[in-house]
Amino acid sequence: MRVAFLGATKGMGRALARLMAERGDSICLLGRRLDDLERSATDLEVRGAAGTVPCVSCDLEQPEGFVRAIDEARDALGGLDAVVVTAGLFATQEELESDPQLAERLARVDFASTLVFCEAAKKALLEEGGGTLCVFSSVAGERGRKPVIIYGAAKAGLTRYLEGLDHKHRADGLRVVTVKPGFVKTSMTAGLEPPPFAGEPDDVARRVLRAIDRGSPVVYAPAPWRFIMAVIRALPRAVMRRVQF
Amino acid sequence: MSEPPLSTLSGWGRHSAEGREHLGENLERLSAEANLSRGLGRSYGDSSLPAPDLPDVLNTTLGDRILRFDEGSGLFRAESGFSLSELNRLLMARGYFTPVSPGTKFVTLGGMVAADVHGKNQHKDGNFGHHVTSLKMRVADGRVVECSQEQHPDLFRATIGGMGLTGHVLEVEFGLRRIPSQWIWQESRRIHDIDEFQDALEEAAPEWPYTMGWIDGLARGKHMGRGILMTGRWAEPSEAPRQRPKKRFRPRLRFDWPEWILNGLTIRIFNELYYRKQWRLRSSGVVSHESFYYPLDAIRSWNRMYGRRGFTQYQCVLPREAGRGSARRVLEVLTKHGGASFLCVIKDFGRESRGVLSFPRPGITLALDIAVRDDTQTLVDALNEQVLQEGGRIYLAKDSFTRREHFEAMEGARLEEFRAIRDRWDPRRRFRSAQSVRLLGD
Repeated sequence: MRVAFLGATKGMGRALARLMAERGDSICLLGRRLDDLERSATDLEVRGAAGTVPCVSCDLEQPEGFVRAIDEARDALGGLDAVVVTAGLFATQEELESDPQLAERLARVDFASTLVFCEAAKKALLEEGGGTLCVFSSVAGERGRKPVIIYGAAKAGLTRYLEGLDHKHRADGLRVVTVKPGFVKTSMTAGLEPPPFAGEPDDVARRVLRAIDRGSPVVYAPAPWRFIMAVIRALPRAVMRRVQF
Repeated sequence: MSEPPLSTLSGWGRHSAEGREHLGENLERLSAEANLSRGLGRSYGDSSLPAPDLPDVLNTTLGDRILRFDEGSGLFRAESGFSLSELNRLLMARGYFTPVSPGTKFVTLGGMVAADVHGKNQHKDGNFGHHVTSLKMRVADGRVVECSQEQHPDLFRATIGGMGLTGHVLEVEFGLRRIPSQWIWQESRRIHDIDEFQDALEEAAPEWPYTMGWIDGLARGKHMGRGILMTGRWAEPSEAPRQRPKKRFRPRLRFDWPEWILNGLTIRIFNELYYRKQWRLRSSGVVSHESFYYPLDAIRSWNRMYGRRGFTQYQCVLPREAGRGSARRVLEVLTKHGGASFLCVIKDFGRESRGVLSFPRPGITLALDIAVRDDTQTLVDALNEQVLQEGGRIYLAKDSFTRREHFEAMEGARLEEFRAIRDRWDPRRRFRSAQSVRLLGD
């Protein structure tokens, strides 16, 4: 599989990219800091990625560079079978409430910019005759919840966009995989108290890779979050107002 | 980035302290703020725990990328949080193995440097530090420097075995070995007492690359120090099974065992059975490297066996000059104090260390796992006094009970040199640990 990967240097993205490398996929890394990408590239090469792992500079906050970055990745890989997006911003509700600029930035990056990036990826994949677009959203987008109001709103928008994309293009061979991680122990969540059913990045990566291979439209990870969210989605508003999650 | 909350950090022996653990992929950035690095927390005592007034520790485990691997020469470089278990998982099948492995694979490269770990091949290949070619470090004045035998050799030698007190190790470069298979040809032999053990280890040393012995720590009188000598070498492909060793099921201890479970009687029964298992004088065969190197890794959280109060491992080295009988005298102290050691390991060392404060030196080493009880301090004091008389020293990676005066008396000139190097690189003592406060008076 030839994969363009935005966000492979950290957390769940790093774990997923390593699994892909270990089974011999061809990977091209997209990201903001080229020196950091190069370090991850070597790591993936030693782990078994096919050939050399090319790096292409791409900043999620600069949408004007998206089309060029994806074209470069496609050229470097000699084609494209999948695009994975795990990059995004995270901040706690408290931080976002106290800093409107941060809130604006997070909403822009996690929703608008990611959407524009996916549009470019979609176009490239359709030109290739189809493929898989795998994007990390979040369980935070399932319901308006007190600890993740702003982050959740951005992810809710992203989830709906991805759903629509999947409906429209599945017949054309473009499979959109929306990943909804629950609480996963990564550097992003370091310092937060892990709730029950908190997951490890490696377990999430294994589930996501299976979903990519099968083309499952939605994957919750770790697995119990599928049921947790089913319950939370079913809770009446009167209850949601009272609970703290 | 929000400040991580205070939490309880603990060593493998369950010794604990309050600290703020900074976790992230970017070790270079995070190391600017922290006063100590910490990896997988497998040092037994308090060496990876923060000093009381400096709670900020850097957890390196997310800094785990491979930065270089040369298949021809075996030269390997990775970020310091990269673990030995990952190295084995990725590269053993391709025929590479670490030149020196401790008794657990759940250690990081940074920790292997800081403790200058040794393994069953110490008598031939020395410590991990003997194979390190270069280190990238964050030092006290804020610089990031590369050090090696040629570049800042004083910092290099003090960092190997320096228990993290010279700065943050960010990257480690060392040479991997080629191995013929993932299997070990093992020979074990029944040993009847401690003096025979000392002789047998010495005899086996030139013949076998890997040697170590298990001792029945409760046997007394003429049986004192009886046990099993295990020797091994890598199996040639023709001797080894075709397939790779199977992945083992690894049960986990889910709760702290009550303290009464491990008592003199249960340990005696276990030891008797284990000793009787070697009913033949000698036996041999092919075993997987995992069961040879990492028998205890088979049970996750095995440290819970020792109960809530945890345990300590007393590991000392008795120099060759102390002669035959030195190990017997140390075991006699253990016996006299009624110390029941559940696990007791003996091994000869053959190579002097490279690090200023590294533990190994030519001689014989004893490692005794001791559950923490009310009299543990008295026992450790008595053992230390005996080791002092023998001219030996203790292993900092295992220690949490030694007194400063004992440590200073054991280390003498080496400690002076270590202090002088720290004075040059970290005069204000930015890097400290709970252990350095206890033993070095930081």
